[in-house]
Amino acid sequence: MIIVVGSNMTEAHPVAATFVKDAAIGGAQLIVIDPRRTDLADLATLHVQIKVGSDVALLNAVMNVLISENLYDKKYVESCTVGFKELKEKVMEYPPERAAEISGIPAEDIRKLARKLASVKPAMLMYTLGITEHICGVNNVMSCANLQMLLGNVGFECGGVNPLRGQNNVQGACDMGALPNVFPGYQKVDNPQAREKFMVAWKVKSLPEKPGMMIPTMMENLKTGKVKAFYVFGENLANTEPDIKHVEHCLQSAEFLVCQDIFPTETTRFAHVILPAAAWSENDGTFTSSERRVNRVRTVSEPPGEAKPNWWIFREIAKRMGHEWPAASAQEIWDEEVSVLAPSLKGIKYARLRGNGLQWPAPEEGHPGTPTLHKDGCFTCGLGVLKAIDWIPPAEVPDKEYPFTLSTGRRLYHYHTRTQTGRSQGINDILGEETADISPADAEAMSILDGEKVRVKSRRGEVIVKSRITRQVPPGLVWMAFHFREGCANWLTNPVYDPITQTAEYKACAVRIDKIE
Amino acid sequence: MRNTFLLNGKETAFKPGQMILEAARNGGVEIPTLCYLKGTAPSGACRICLVEVKDARSLVAACSTPVTAGMQVFTDSERVHRARKMNVELLLASGKHNCLVCEANGDCRLQDLVYFYKITKPRFAEEEDQYPTENENPFIVRDFSRCILCGRCVQACNEVMVNRAISHGYRGAESKIVTGGDTSYLNSECVFCGQCVEVCPVGALTEKKAKGMGRPWETKKIRTTCPYCGVGCQLWLHIKDGRIVKVTAVEDAQPNQGRLCVKGRFAYDFIYSEERLKHPLIRQENGEFRDASWDEALDLVAAKFKEIIGKNGPDAIAGVSCARSINEDSYQMQKLFRAVIGTNNIDHCART
Repeated sequence: MIIVVGSNMTEAHPVAATFVKDAAIGGAQLIVIDPRRTDLADLATLHVQIKVGSDVALLNAVMNVLISENLYDKKYVESCTVGFKELKEKVMEYPPERAAEISGIPAEDIRKLARKLASVKPAMLMYTLGITEHICGVNNVMSCANLQMLLGNVGFECGGVNPLRGQNNVQGACDMGALPNVFPGYQKVDNPQAREKFMVAWKVKSLPEKPGMMIPTMMENLKTGKVKAFYVFGENLANTEPDIKHVEHCLQSAEFLVCQDIFPTETTRFAHVILPAAAWSENDGTFTSSERRVNRVRTVSEPPGEAKPNWWIFREIAKRMGHEWPAASAQEIWDEEVSVLAPSLKGIKYARLRGNGLQWPAPEEGHPGTPTLHKDGCFTCGLGVLKAIDWIPPAEVPDKEYPFTLSTGRRLYHYHTRTQTGRSQGINDILGEETADISPADAEAMSILDGEKVRVKSRRGEVIVKSRITRQVPPGLVWMAFHFREGCANWLTNPVYDPITQTAEYKACAVRIDKIE
Repeated sequence: MRNTFLLNGKETAFKPGQMILEAARNGGVEIPTLCYLKGTAPSGACRICLVEVKDARSLVAACSTPVTAGMQVFTDSERVHRARKMNVELLLASGKHNCLVCEANGDCRLQDLVYFYKITKPRFAEEEDQYPTENENPFIVRDFSRCILCGRCVQACNEVMVNRAISHGYRGAESKIVTGGDTSYLNSECVFCGQCVEVCPVGALTEKKAKGMGRPWETKKIRTTCPYCGVGCQLWLHIKDGRIVKVTAVEDAQPNQGRLCVKGRFAYDFIYSEERLKHPLIRQENGEFRDASWDEALDLVAAKFKEIIGKNGPDAIAGVSCARSINEDSYQMQKLFRAVIGTNNIDHCART
């Protein structure tokens, strides 16, 4: 059984989706929980079409049924987890009838869903940004984990809680410590032993102990003046962050903005210095995929003009600030620093990265890698923690003035702000502009024709885009992507964030749609 | 006798339910085929994998005949080769197989068989073109005159990728592979993953962007990881004169097992865009950018950082790393921020 929550996999992770589809046509049960009738829902045993932002309420009610009807894995919960009492108390506040009101799923269907989930073991849960891009993103993820632990599904092949990561190396960027609170290998910056270890390795007398700012705080502090210099490497923040007007105001406020990229973008317009970088296939290196698989990237050709590998640029800046770094190639950086300093990567060296790569943790040389974490319910942190979680609604919900919910995401043919796909011959021919996807019922009610230009407006901004009438979208919902500057959903999205991760609520804000007279 | 059979007289192991073609392959005997596609239900369409089984009434298709214990299979007999050669000659006559102008020249299973059987002139009259070539989308050229109706594209589309855009259409001499209800790729359910091109054994389906860019013997292959989503598909980059001319999937590699999507297969040429940044740029007083040398640009960045650290402290500098670039780049950037600038203000887009 496969449970897919908040993931339009056939468009955002098309190849991963083929394996899910294969399983479904091969007889596996497929449960799709999503506000939209995605292509995957067509193959599903059950499509649970919840309202945007009601995930915690639904999952709490499912757990309520699992506990009330004694369908959960008692042995697993007792031996592998803590926090059951608190979880139970909390989910008892969410009888299916209450969740039905919040999620739009009838109480009896919630009961059936719970019974179905308890009927097959193990079941795999997969989620994407439909879970995380909410002000309650962390709670949504923990609810998924609660469910899977309650069902005894964590720690087994074809089980677990599996996030599909959106970018080729977003896993790797985390592993490398491009995060404000951890060194490479998730060693905390506020841990004195970790700092000591890195001080020795990096030959410096001190390292900052206070965790740094996350992107939204950085941007905000460009405006307040607390952050003077901003170094943006390979990000087109002017299109990707919520509320473009606000973002551009922040970028404009930077005293000194360095952009390092392969193309001029909407963000580089604000730069004081632009550094030209090598692209994919122009340098050797490694990517780490969703499944923690470290694999090789290889050089085909030299970068154009004077463009240079990114690692070289950082090394040169360090040198000009008085630090000589010995590693002079990606392989030396990995073999002599990364894999020496990050315990989970210790067994991974370039010489071993032939063929299919290795999945971390690989803690010593010769280790075969670890495809499944928390094997047999033995959690790496000891016991799995069940958390009592309350549902909260999205920060902005529809009202009289803005009666629709706007939810955003990615489409198959383009990638992010099209810096790459927009410059690959043929892709724009297949998908050349943004649309506002609306339901047939709403289109009819407003007399909007398919392809007709409409105005979509939120409290932050407005765009004029073609409508696309599709049965994928339920009444009351508008769905858009952020690939095209014109009609970019981020002119509209709400810059509100999960308090822990500062992930923005891209999946829910209130908009209105008007015909253009 | 248990779970073994005689393959050209040699005792060979098989798994119950296994077809002759797979069991022979495991036993080191490669049986030629045009239609067999691993992981899908065998169709027995091409009749090239014919083998002789003792006491069977006729030759059988190895791809769709299960092995039984003690079965005596002959893959190399005169009878087998005579039948295979005849079928190759029939296929050759079924369309226009002019290798000189074919994109698949040098990478064609039918061409391999014609060569193997030393066929030098057509035995049967070539059939007339029934259906015009489809060349209206940006990625896939479909030349029906080269199609041998093996059905691999149908299987890849329906059983592997499950996009359900391609199927068999019409009957008998009018048989045709169709998309949707016999419409173009563009007007069908097709999502341009190009898996049909990947599995086409001949030149019926070819990559439009690769046309005229290089013959198989002129290109070398480099294995790499896809630059798009987080799945980490393994690619073969086909390189001629230092330039990527085509991308195909690495067969049997994890995690993608020979599959790709439209971005991984066709969106590789952005690196050759004329819009690439080629020189460091510094903004001038008038707001315009001017070209600068690396020394000048890097000196400026370092000087400005030092000045801000001196005036406002290291936490007045913040940086965002790139989740599309290699691990080593992110490592270097966080090291620059922590060890050189002295701040933990380093993040990337994992959260947004």
